[in-house]
Amino acid sequence: MKEKLLDAKDVSVAFKIAGEYQTALHKVNLSINRGEVLALVGESGSGKSTFAMSVMGLHNPEQTQVTGSIKLNDNELIGLTERQFDKYRGVSVGMIFQDPLSSLNPLMKIGDQIAEAITVHDKQSKEVKNRVQQLLLDVGIVDAKRVSQQYPHELSGGMRQRVMIAIALANEPDLIIADEPTTALDATIQAQILDLIKEIQLKKNAGILLITHDLGVVAEMADSVNVMYAGQIVEQASVEELFNNPKHPYTRSLLRADPSDVNPGEDLYAIPGTVPALNDMDHSKDLFLQRVPWLNDEVVNAPVSEELQKVNAQHYVRGNVWKTFEFEEPVNNEEQV
Amino acid sequence: MSELVRIENLKVYYPVRSGFFNRITDNIKAVDDVSFTIEAGQTYGLVGESGSGKTTIGKSLVGLENPTSGKILFEGQEVTQIKQKKAINYNKDVQMVFQDSQSSLNPRKTIGEIIAEPLKSFGVPNKIGAGYGGERSFEQSKVDERVLELLDIVGLPARTISQYPFQFSGGQRQRIGVARALATNPRLIVADEPVSALDLSVQAQVLNFMKKIQRDYAISFLFISHDLGVVKYMTNNIAIMHNGRFVELGTTEDIFNDASHIYTKRLLSAIPSLDVSQREAKRVYRKKVEAEFTQHQDTYYQQDGKRLRAYDLQQVTKTHFVALENGGV
Repeated sequence: MKEKLLDAKDVSVAFKIAGEYQTALHKVNLSINRGEVLALVGESGSGKSTFAMSVMGLHNPEQTQVTGSIKLNDNELIGLTERQFDKYRGVSVGMIFQDPLSSLNPLMKIGDQIAEAITVHDKQSKEVKNRVQQLLLDVGIVDAKRVSQQYPHELSGGMRQRVMIAIALANEPDLIIADEPTTALDATIQAQILDLIKEIQLKKNAGILLITHDLGVVAEMADSVNVMYAGQIVEQASVEELFNNPKHPYTRSLLRADPSDVNPGEDLYAIPGTVPALNDMDHSKDLFLQRVPWLNDEVVNAPVSEELQKVNAQHYVRGNVWKTFEFEEPVNNEEQV
Repeated sequence: MSELVRIENLKVYYPVRSGFFNRITDNIKAVDDVSFTIEAGQTYGLVGESGSGKTTIGKSLVGLENPTSGKILFEGQEVTQIKQKKAINYNKDVQMVFQDSQSSLNPRKTIGEIIAEPLKSFGVPNKIGAGYGGERSFEQSKVDERVLELLDIVGLPARTISQYPFQFSGGQRQRIGVARALATNPRLIVADEPVSALDLSVQAQVLNFMKKIQRDYAISFLFISHDLGVVKYMTNNIAIMHNGRFVELGTTEDIFNDASHIYTKRLLSAIPSLDVSQREAKRVYRKKVEAEFTQHQDTYYQQDGKRLRAYDLQQVTKTHFVALENGGV
C-alpha cells in the first residue's frame, strides 16, 4: 500500500513587488508517496523552486504570501513559525542544492559540517563521529576519515555534492528535496551522483522531490513528472506516459526542442517568445498558448478550468487544447539552395 | 573542402614555481601535444570535462593565450604567437562567443557600443559575409549602419541599440554576443559553451541561428562543449579531450557510432537518455564502462606522475583516430 508522504493542495505563492502582490505559483496540487521520485520540470521562472521553498519554509514572510495546504506526514506546514519549521527542516526534510560550493561553509571542516546537521547528540561524542564516517561511506566517499578533516575548497565538485547529500541524509529524512542537484556537474559526475541518489532512495525508501530543467535527468530518475509553466502545473503523468505519450503543447514543444535525436540537417523546434512577466500572468488562461503562433486568439484566450483534465489514471493535462494540438509543418529554412 | 585552420603539436604549459629562488620546478600541461584541422564552413567539436584543456585551445586560437610550443596556421600562414596574429590582422577573422553572456558584455555600455567595438578596431567591411579582406571603412555613419544590420541578422529590433545588457534575457544576450562576433566578417568563430547556460527552448533558438549564419556566410565554428547531445547536432568532426590530450578524434558518426576509447565510451554512457524503457539497461552499461575505466587504466593510459596521459593517436580509418597503444588491435 502506498503511503502518502507529502500532500500539497492549492498551493499559491505571491511575492510583494513594488507594494503589490504578484502571483508566482498558482494553485499547485501534487503528492509524493514514500519511495517515489517526483520530478518538477520547467524552465527558469516557471515556479518550481518557489514551490520547493514553500515546502522548506524558506520564503520571507514579510514579502511573500503562501496559501493553500502542504502536509508532510499529515502535519500542516503552511503557517508554521520559523521555530516550528526547524523541527522539520533538515530533520524530516533533507535538502540538496545546485551549488555545493556556496551551500557549504568554507571555514568549517567537512566532518564538523555533517556533525552540525546531526541534531540529537553532542557534537564531540564518539557516536556522532562514527555517524559522520558512516554517512560519508554511504555517499561513496571511501576515504571518510581524511575527507572529514578537509575543507570544502579541497574537494572536487562531485565530492562536494556527495558531502551535501551526506548532510541531507544526516537525520534519515522522509523527504529529500533535490533542487537541480547535478546542473553544475560534468556529465560523468552527474551520472554518478544521480545513481547515488537513486541507490540511497531505494535503500531508505525516502520520497524525493526532484527539481530540474533537464528532461534527460527526469527520464533517468523520476517515477512521476509534473511539468510546470508560468507558475502552474500543465501536465502530470507517470514518467513512461510523459515521454511516450506527451499531451500538453508545452511538454511536446520542449521534447521537440531537444537536439539529441534531431537530424543535423533539420532545424530544432525553437519555442518563440518568452515566459510572461509576473505582473502579466492571467492564470485563468493557458499561458503557454501565447507562444504557439498558429493558434487563433479565441483558442489562446479561452478560459481554462482549474482542474486538470484526465487522459487516463496516470495522466492529467491542463486545458483542452491538447486534444486537437498539432505542430505546423516545419518551415523550410533552407529557402532556396 | 579547404582547410582553414591547422593546429600542429600545440602545447600550452603553465609553469609551477616553488623553492627559494622561485624557480620553475614543474609544468601543468593544460594542452599537451594536440593537432587537428578545421575545414572552411564546417563545425569542429571539442568535447571534454572541466579541466580537460578545451577552453585553453580555444583561447590559444583567438590569441588570449600564448602557446608554449607548436604551430597554429591560418590559411597556411603562421599565427601562433600574438605578434604574428597582429601582423596579418588575424583577429578580424577569428572571433569568440563566450559561455556567460552576462559577464562577457560590458554592463555600462549600450548594445550599440558593444557591437560597434570590433568595427571601430578593424573597420567596417563592405558587405556582411562577402569579400573577406576587402575595403574597410572607419566612418561613424557606416559603423552605425552596420550595427543596425547586425541586429537585424540576429533578430533584435533597432531600438536595442540604445539599451543595456541587463535589459535582455539570456538568449537575447547570447545573440548579442554572436552579433558582436559577426561584426568583422570572421571566417572562424570559437564558441565556448555558447548554450550551456540557456533553457532548452532558448538553446534551440541560438543553435538554429548559429546554423543559419553558417549556411549564409560559410563561417567555421570551433564548438567547445561538454554536452554531447548538442555536439552531435552541431558538429561535423569531434575531438574528445582528457587531461590536455586528445583521446579520440573523428567524424561525428565515427565518435557516436564507433567509439573506441574507454573515455569516449564513458562520456557517451553518461548522456541521459529520454527513452525511459532503457533506464535500467543504461545504468548497468554505465557501471560496466566505469568499472572498465577504473580497472584497466594501463590499457588506455600511460602513467605520467599522478596524471593519466593518453597515448599518441593511431589511425583506425581514414577519418578516425584513437589514442591506444597499437590502435586498439
